[in-house]
Amino acid sequence: MERTTMDLWVGIFVVGGIAALVMLAMKVGNLGSYNVSETYQVQAYFTNIGGLKPKASIKSAGVLVGRVVDISLDTENYQAKVSMSLDKRYQFSTDTSAKILTSGLLGEQYIGLEAGAEEVMLKQGDQIKMTQSAMVMEDLIGKFIYNKAAESAQ
Amino acid sequence: MPAAKVIKTIGHRVINTVWRIGLATRFFALILMYSGASFSRFRLTMKELFSTGVMSLIIIVVAGLFVGMVLGLQGYETLKRYGSESALGVMVALGLVRELGPVVAALLFASRAGSAMTAEIGLMKATEQITAMEMMAVNPIARIVAPRFWAGVISMPLLAAMFSAVGIFGGYFVGVVQIGVDEGSFWSQMQAAVDFREDILNGVLKSFVFGVVVTVIALFEGYDAPPTAEGVSGATTRTVVTSSLAILMLDFVMTAIMFRGN
Repeated sequence: MERTTMDLWVGIFVVGGIAALVMLAMKVGNLGSYNVSETYQVQAYFTNIGGLKPKASIKSAGVLVGRVVDISLDTENYQAKVSMSLDKRYQFSTDTSAKILTSGLLGEQYIGLEAGAEEVMLKQGDQIKMTQSAMVMEDLIGKFIYNKAAESAQ
Repeated sequence: MPAAKVIKTIGHRVINTVWRIGLATRFFALILMYSGASFSRFRLTMKELFSTGVMSLIIIVVAGLFVGMVLGLQGYETLKRYGSESALGVMVALGLVRELGPVVAALLFASRAGSAMTAEIGLMKATEQITAMEMMAVNPIARIVAPRFWAGVISMPLLAAMFSAVGIFGGYFVGVVQIGVDEGSFWSQMQAAVDFREDILNGVLKSFVFGVVVTVIALFEGYDAPPTAEGVSGATTRTVVTSSLAILMLDFVMTAIMFRGN
């Protein structure tokens, strides 16, 4: 094999491999669309987070505005402390409420934000006061059975 | 006493295995020590890149395409039962990027390039070319072993990435073009579920480790082969068997470490 032909093929091979990696990163891993934007962190306390996991999405009106960074149990009030990082482009008022919702019937859980009417906006390190916990199937069934029993007793 | 004999055989085998692992580790250290020439005279590595990387391209690309197509077909059949055909993209992409890409590409690489390396070096040893080099004060490890090692280490992640990329395209072809899964949900769910650092970089790291392991096993078996026709053939077989098993076992260990808990 001649030298230049070999160089050409090795060049094609390396460029092709790197192109495949870039394609994986951009098209499959969706790198760059979210991670590069600047974020600010806020916290929220929930009585029950259900199946929420770190890196779950945070949506407002269905639009992705951030990600859950960290979940821990606050042992002072035994509530789940959820830290989230929100995109700097989206500002929310201080009376925003956060709900844990489920996408679809069996989908994964995410946090839905509903903006309030306050003029002051959430800043880095602020806390979202109004929260609504995740729906837990057993609780729902329990409530349903309790209601049925109450109805039949009347 | 047959019992004593069995235990003796076991002991002998264990000692032999440990001894060979030790030799291979020393061999690996020697390769790293003498790899200067593979970079200062990059043409040596370039030549090996051609014979290991470029020549493995066709088998990797074709295998990747078909593995992706089968994943698309089987995934669709299973996901259809739960009415979640739109998650086909996630299944194909995660399966390929995390596991099948690095593992299958490494298995193919071991049998396509690893066996060739062993046979080549074993034959060089059998025809006393390595001894001749030593006579001329040329370090055979620096001159013929290290360039092959670096060529394998460089080409393995690239081959695995190409395997995954082509495989995802194969899954796309079967799922979206042939069966008619919605194109938007195929890509968007894939992009939402695949994480760059967690999935893609871990896959690349896996294939890098496989590249190191496969080439070290292939080169060691070749360098260590008895200098006879039978010895070279035995060494070639051992390369394929040992590196395939090493790939699958290491894959389990790395998966357990990397993807535990989510």
